[in-house]
Amino acid sequence: MSIALTPHREDASRSGWQYRLHLDAPLLFTLIAVSALGLIVLYSAGGGDMALVERQLVRLGIAFTGMLIVAQLTPGMLKRLTPWLFVLGVLFLLAVLIGGEVSGGAQRWLNLYIIRFQPSEMMKLAVPMMVAWYLKDFRLPPKRWQLLASATLIAVPMLMIAKQPDLGTALLIASSGFFVLFLAGLQWRLLAFFTVLLAAAAPALWHFMHDYQRQRVITFLHPESDPLGSGYHIIQSKIAIGSGGLLGKGWMNGTQSQLNFLPERSTDFIFAVLGEEFGFFGILTLFALYMIIVVRGIMITIQAQDTYTRLLAGSLSMTFFVYFIVNTGMVTGLLPVVGLPLPIISYGGTSIVTLMAGFGILMSIQTHRKLLAT
Amino acid sequence: MNRAILLLVSGCLLLAVLFARLLFLQVVAHEHFTTLSEDNRVKLQPIPPNRGLIYDRNGTLLAENLPSYQLEITPEQIADMGATLGKLEGIIEIRESDRSRFEKLLKRKPRFEAIPLRFHLSDVEVARFSVNRHRFPGVDITAGLSRHYPQGSLAVHAMGYVGRIDERALKELDNSNYRGTTHVGKTGIEKTYESVLHGTVGFQHVETTAQGRVIRVLSRTPPVSGRNLYLTIDARVQAAAEKALGDHTGSVIAIDPNNGDILAFVSLPTYDPNPFVNGIEYDDYAALRDDKKQPLFNRALRGQYPPGSTIKPFVGLAGLEIGVTAHHSSTYCPGFYTLPGNTRKFRDWKRTGHGTVALNKAIVQSCDVYFYDLALSLGIDRIHDYLKNFGFGNASGIDIQGELSGLLPSRAWKRSRRDQPWFPGETLITGIGQGFFLVTPVQLATATAALANGGRLLQPNIVHAEQETNSDDLLPHLPRILDTITVNEQEHWDSIIQAMTDVVHSARGTARKIGEDSPYTIAGKTGTAQVFGLKQEEKYDASAIPEELRDHALFIAYAPVEAPQIAIAVIVENGGGGGSVAAPIARAVLDAYLQEPTQ
Repeated sequence: MSIALTPHREDASRSGWQYRLHLDAPLLFTLIAVSALGLIVLYSAGGGDMALVERQLVRLGIAFTGMLIVAQLTPGMLKRLTPWLFVLGVLFLLAVLIGGEVSGGAQRWLNLYIIRFQPSEMMKLAVPMMVAWYLKDFRLPPKRWQLLASATLIAVPMLMIAKQPDLGTALLIASSGFFVLFLAGLQWRLLAFFTVLLAAAAPALWHFMHDYQRQRVITFLHPESDPLGSGYHIIQSKIAIGSGGLLGKGWMNGTQSQLNFLPERSTDFIFAVLGEEFGFFGILTLFALYMIIVVRGIMITIQAQDTYTRLLAGSLSMTFFVYFIVNTGMVTGLLPVVGLPLPIISYGGTSIVTLMAGFGILMSIQTHRKLLAT
Repeated sequence: MNRAILLLVSGCLLLAVLFARLLFLQVVAHEHFTTLSEDNRVKLQPIPPNRGLIYDRNGTLLAENLPSYQLEITPEQIADMGATLGKLEGIIEIRESDRSRFEKLLKRKPRFEAIPLRFHLSDVEVARFSVNRHRFPGVDITAGLSRHYPQGSLAVHAMGYVGRIDERALKELDNSNYRGTTHVGKTGIEKTYESVLHGTVGFQHVETTAQGRVIRVLSRTPPVSGRNLYLTIDARVQAAAEKALGDHTGSVIAIDPNNGDILAFVSLPTYDPNPFVNGIEYDDYAALRDDKKQPLFNRALRGQYPPGSTIKPFVGLAGLEIGVTAHHSSTYCPGFYTLPGNTRKFRDWKRTGHGTVALNKAIVQSCDVYFYDLALSLGIDRIHDYLKNFGFGNASGIDIQGELSGLLPSRAWKRSRRDQPWFPGETLITGIGQGFFLVTPVQLATATAALANGGRLLQPNIVHAEQETNSDDLLPHLPRILDTITVNEQEHWDSIIQAMTDVVHSARGTARKIGEDSPYTIAGKTGTAQVFGLKQEEKYDASAIPEELRDHALFIAYAPVEAPQIAIAVIVENGGGGGSVAAPIARAVLDAYLQEPTQ
């Protein structure tokens, strides 16, 4: 943890490699550290399957490369790309709803014959970019009609994704949009109003939920009501984490994970493997790394030079925070089971590419700042 | 830019909640979850003990445990049970009975427990399944031990057999000790000595996967095997007796009069116990059950027959000892006997009569009239009281469950059970072992042994010794004397023995045929028990009446007379004459025991 959290006093190292490559060292090294920790846990979660680790390594390589490329784009270019990206994303989502490929009971994939991808992933970046783009030229805090327009920009893709159904991603997109609005100066009165409105709408929300989603909520409230069915995941992950204790059972020695009691252990529930084998201190290490990333993101936000980059950087940082807090909250039984992986650690998913692209944007924002005469 | 800081701070608050949760899970409730985790992975598995083996007195193996392979299915791991069974049928024979038993268990057992589908797979089937194993996740072959009776039907009525534990048996058993045990003694020695043969269950802690696959054994308390049993039965004598009885229906009991050891325990017809071990096919069982000769019926233990003339030595001894007759006092036998003031004739088997008859002649030639007269002089109560000494009317106490006690009639019995007075005519026929009088082959042999050994009534025992596994030491079962019959005058006893010896070895004896070439002396008594009451002047003609109504042939004997080593009772159902049919069977058994050296 020798990485300095505060950047060098302005401009002293402007000529350093970070600026030439448009990379942010604290972010980069922390991400590499998390990736390394992730691979170690994944090796154990996969029961010592090296092929699994190699595939994940390839995926990480692609994601880091993507991050490097995105970081080269200037915020100005990003700004110009934003509306096109958003419109394209909505069109793709529409295409998915009409003729997308079904996988695992949900219609999430779009086959473009060249590549097969999930448009919802793209929207994780496009939505906060779009809202920030929309608000960038207004006098903040936003007016009510501006808020309404922003809410529409968030709600349309979110509902389309929720329809697939992909509740986890919809949730992330909603929160990324919300963070933009909040940072733009959303009035506290309105915030309170929407909170009450959401609470009031909960029963209606229940009505629109799929059966399996309702089951997840019931399971969350009473996991023991169906210990071998829907409650099984959460009971077993609590046992895994709890039995890990302070120091854990040791790498490759978690009985819950190695003996198959823990389901989804290399994907959504990999946090329980960490908790079982490395204990409370292992989790502490991961959280420290995660928080370095979040704090660094917030610092980039604070240093950002215009509204667009400031709103975008803040939203991306806080969305990452939501990302890992939702997954860990779910695995520890604090939140209902929502299908969100543990960022950077969980095996598979195109989400890691999106995630890293997001960090590429943060790095771009940080490293393309103009020299300000003071 | 305080809003970004605000977000970070509220984020940290959420993180604090998460930390609190983790501290709760990993520190406060750590013990609890450790226990749950251990419960998850560590399972307690019973290790059933090996059942004790059964040998005859010379170490010939009668019951053993052979390795056998069974096919088991773990329902939890099967997606489509119907399809799996269908595919299995292609490579392994699955009978309807297998399927129905499997389906019954399927409903009762937890889904993660393996349920047997087929027992006793052949080597070919094991090989065929092994090749196809990858096609059947959740299906496994397990090796176990299965009871086998290498001698087949030999002495099956003494041995009994084991069978699968059914619901009813499960209730009677000690559940903890029978965890993992699949079979239990159903009849015979296997049932009576269940607790000795079974042993004590062992346990092992095993680490398993969520699917129940055992990864390794963590600790192990080995089971204690059941004790081996050495029977008193001599397989060679047993085989000789079964062979001698041949196609007849009946029973042979041979006993060592010195200690009560049962040397042969025969009830014919017999059956093979092996199919019963893992569930006999219904048709096969029905065939045995409905067989007119009733092979499943244990005649030695539960067959109750009139003793007929074999009772005469005992009644004669009663007369002498009580003092109502002397061995030289005689009666005239005209071929029938009438009670005073009654015209009903009680006939002698010899229509022309035996002339003047004293006790010796009465026994040797089996004169009925002499015993009618003697019985009348004794009276039913004295007959009852004296014969009781020899064990008649009481179960012998042999260590095989299910013994019946026969019937030794008395005035009191008739009053209490039938609410009728006793008639003198009934005393007469009791004196020749007819009427109400019933004995089992075991009782008759035990009484004969008491006669042979000078008056010690021994409890017949079928187990010679027990043996712990991994030990050469035998723990013997000691003989038990139930009663010692008081002998008022040794001469009385000797004269009865002399008469029985003359039955076999004198020129007029009813069993003289077997005495002619005997290298040792035999004391015996023939008997012919009526199944079918003849009318007054009717003549018995064996060929004219159906077989099941023909007389039972009986014979009791012991040998050598000077130093008795074996006493025997033979009953041949509907066999005809005791001297012609039953005595030669007894002789064959005596030869088998006395003529070849035994270790």
